[in-house]
Amino acid sequence: MTVQELDVIRQKKHELIEVRRTEKDQSEEVRRIIKEQGDKLAEVTGYRKQVLVCGGTGCTSSHSAKVIAQLEESFKELGIDDVLIVKTGCFGLCALGPIMIVYPEGAFYSQMTPEHAKTVAEKHLVKGGEIVKELLYKGTVHEDGSIIPFAETPFYKKQMRIALRNCGVIAAEDIEEAIAAGDYQAIEKVLTTMTPDDVIKEVLDSGLRGRGGAGFPTGRKWMFAKASAGDIKYVCCNADEGDPGAFMDRSVLEGDPHCVLEAMTIAGYAIGAHQGYIYVRAEYPIAVERLKIAIKQAHEYGLLGKNILGLGFDFDIEIRLGAGAFVCGEETALMTSIEGHRGEPRPRPPFPAVKGLFEKPTILNNVETWANINPIIMKGAKWYSSIGTEKSKGTKVFALGGKITNVGLVEVPMGTTLREIIEEIGGGIPNGKKFKAAQTGGPSGGCIPAEYIDTPIDFDNLVAIGSMMGSGGLIVLDEDTCMVDISKFYLEFTADESCGKCTPCRIGTKRLLQLLTKITEGKGEPEDLTKIEELAEHMKSSSLCALGQSAPNPILSTLHHFRNEYEDHIYNHHCTAGVCKALLSFTIDKEKCIGCGMCAKNCPVSAITRTDYVAPGHKLASFEIDTAKCIKCGVCQSNCKFKAVERK
Amino acid sequence: MEHCAACGTPEQAAALKAVIEGSRSTPGCLMHILQEAQGIYGFLPIGVQKTIAEGLGISLSEVYGVVTFYSQFSLKPKGKHRISMCLGTACYVKGADKVLEAIEKEIGIKCGECTEDGLFSIDSCRCVGACGLAPVMMVGDEVYGRLTPDSVKTILEGYKKEEA
Repeated sequence: MTVQELDVIRQKKHELIEVRRTEKDQSEEVRRIIKEQGDKLAEVTGYRKQVLVCGGTGCTSSHSAKVIAQLEESFKELGIDDVLIVKTGCFGLCALGPIMIVYPEGAFYSQMTPEHAKTVAEKHLVKGGEIVKELLYKGTVHEDGSIIPFAETPFYKKQMRIALRNCGVIAAEDIEEAIAAGDYQAIEKVLTTMTPDDVIKEVLDSGLRGRGGAGFPTGRKWMFAKASAGDIKYVCCNADEGDPGAFMDRSVLEGDPHCVLEAMTIAGYAIGAHQGYIYVRAEYPIAVERLKIAIKQAHEYGLLGKNILGLGFDFDIEIRLGAGAFVCGEETALMTSIEGHRGEPRPRPPFPAVKGLFEKPTILNNVETWANINPIIMKGAKWYSSIGTEKSKGTKVFALGGKITNVGLVEVPMGTTLREIIEEIGGGIPNGKKFKAAQTGGPSGGCIPAEYIDTPIDFDNLVAIGSMMGSGGLIVLDEDTCMVDISKFYLEFTADESCGKCTPCRIGTKRLLQLLTKITEGKGEPEDLTKIEELAEHMKSSSLCALGQSAPNPILSTLHHFRNEYEDHIYNHHCTAGVCKALLSFTIDKEKCIGCGMCAKNCPVSAITRTDYVAPGHKLASFEIDTAKCIKCGVCQSNCKFKAVERK
Repeated sequence: MEHCAACGTPEQAAALKAVIEGSRSTPGCLMHILQEAQGIYGFLPIGVQKTIAEGLGISLSEVYGVVTFYSQFSLKPKGKHRISMCLGTACYVKGADKVLEAIEKEIGIKCGECTEDGLFSIDSCRCVGACGLAPVMMVGDEVYGRLTPDSVKTILEGYKKEEA
């Protein structure tokens, strides 16, 4: 395909895509067309309405495919042939899936079922139909019944979508929609008007830092790789999103796979590489499938392979599947894995930019980093660096999870405070519970306690308060979470995932886990905390790769901010959150017990028996728990309607 | 190919042979071949590993080293219904451990085991990326979200009935 042909495709579906941009992003022209509505819109775009249904992992898991099937069936029955159904990537609000948006109105339907889809088809999508208010996302319906554009709801209002710009906007498996939405515009610009040095300078000046965790300046990485001698070089994409609770990379791959292919091609041009590899988790079947489709389509359209756009540059990309090893998110381990070996890290230097994959100069960036390249090239480094904080430019995608109302994916400018993310965008903590801490950076990160909730989030601020950005998992913890237990959870993870190559990590994680287990079982001794701190320091300074160097972080940060909880476990054998079972004891308040026997009936180990004490005012004798038999499951407590069972 | 006679059908052996022949010239093909082989056999018995080692001209210990490094590869057969409980952070803080206990109790085996009749196996995994629906489990390719110890019982009873 030539540049001119690319432009024709871009124009062909331009309006179709523009209609789907939320109101603030739409051009004047499109807003005018939408206002005039009806036939005019159909004339310009070919469709009277468009129904976007999320086909990301979250919504697919809540059966969005059935919603699409029902829509298709209803369209046949009702004779609707001028409404386009588009299966997109993630809209972000995964907790309320499956999500469906109807344009041009921007009507945001949530928690759709096939029955709901049928209703919407019959009442809304037919000619002259009206929005079915009862099925809309509640956040978009005002108290007086008026409808608020979803871009104005708290969840979307403070977001700024750069990396996720096309997720939930385009049909993820249609390259023509991707082109119309702006993908492959940057590669055209690069190949026609920029030298490799221009590209590197632009990325360098943008201030973009790697979104995979460490925050290394992307442009510097490219510069080193370009400077390395050799005619064979490689460009790799890290899509081995191993941090449990982070799913932004998966969402980009599912929603806009072409933006990654394009960015890798641009990097190939910049450093002088002609081959790229995408290393993706096998646990992401939808993402893998969409990547395969995208690569095939890009080949067919001459946007990948030999002589891209007829401009003389060759670049190809292969997919390599991971097989479930967290350490393979580390750059040298990932490369060893692509080479077909045990994914063990290698000592650095030599750095991959000098000697990487198959011993050739290699750059590796993660998916979200790649997703920022097209906007940087198109809108310029100056624009990009105007967003964010002094040392962290642009936006960051966070996967909000845990004890938060709006579980999902959000993209905000760097420097947004934790409070804005949790309370405004995230909708706060459910069930009236109190915010205790936010965990960022996964097994390599730490916990941010409530007193730092107003800290502007960027790479350096998070490190300063003992956590790290990591890949962007943000797990919200409430008062029911025990901080010792959560550290133990992460240590179980790192001990399990340690590759075993270096001793500090292999033995260190095991020993730390033993110490933590001891504490959660009530056998902790005062000197254990000193031992933990000492061992943690050794691991940080002497482990081979980032896995071992950062494995102690969850403990060190919780120990720093929540030392009293550790001490409470050790000295008082008490777990305030009521999580550590060995430290719990259940008793029955004999004055409150009315003797109904519900506790005894439901006790799985028959640890509850009737006494001969009848409390004043009651008719039946009360019950008691045999603590030796009790397994502390808490069933008695949840079955007692009279609040007579106490947990201590 | 004689190793495979003990652990599979001639069709499986032929499929494996085709995979090895088709990818042996690609650098770093071992992982890909193992993934395909596991797709063919359901797991990676030692005979299959020997065949792959011979096909690629590398040692069995190298193949075995890779197989045992990655959690996705299994040396043991899995159940007809593969239950995989997510123990990622988002699921864990929402009580995934209690759901796993309920699954183990309902099926009567521990995590990492397979029932004697070969119908069910239970594993834990690290995040399927459906954190919005936490806690989550997969049975085969089907994802079940927003689980509670009670709801998981109902779901598994459905599978049991199907088999009865």
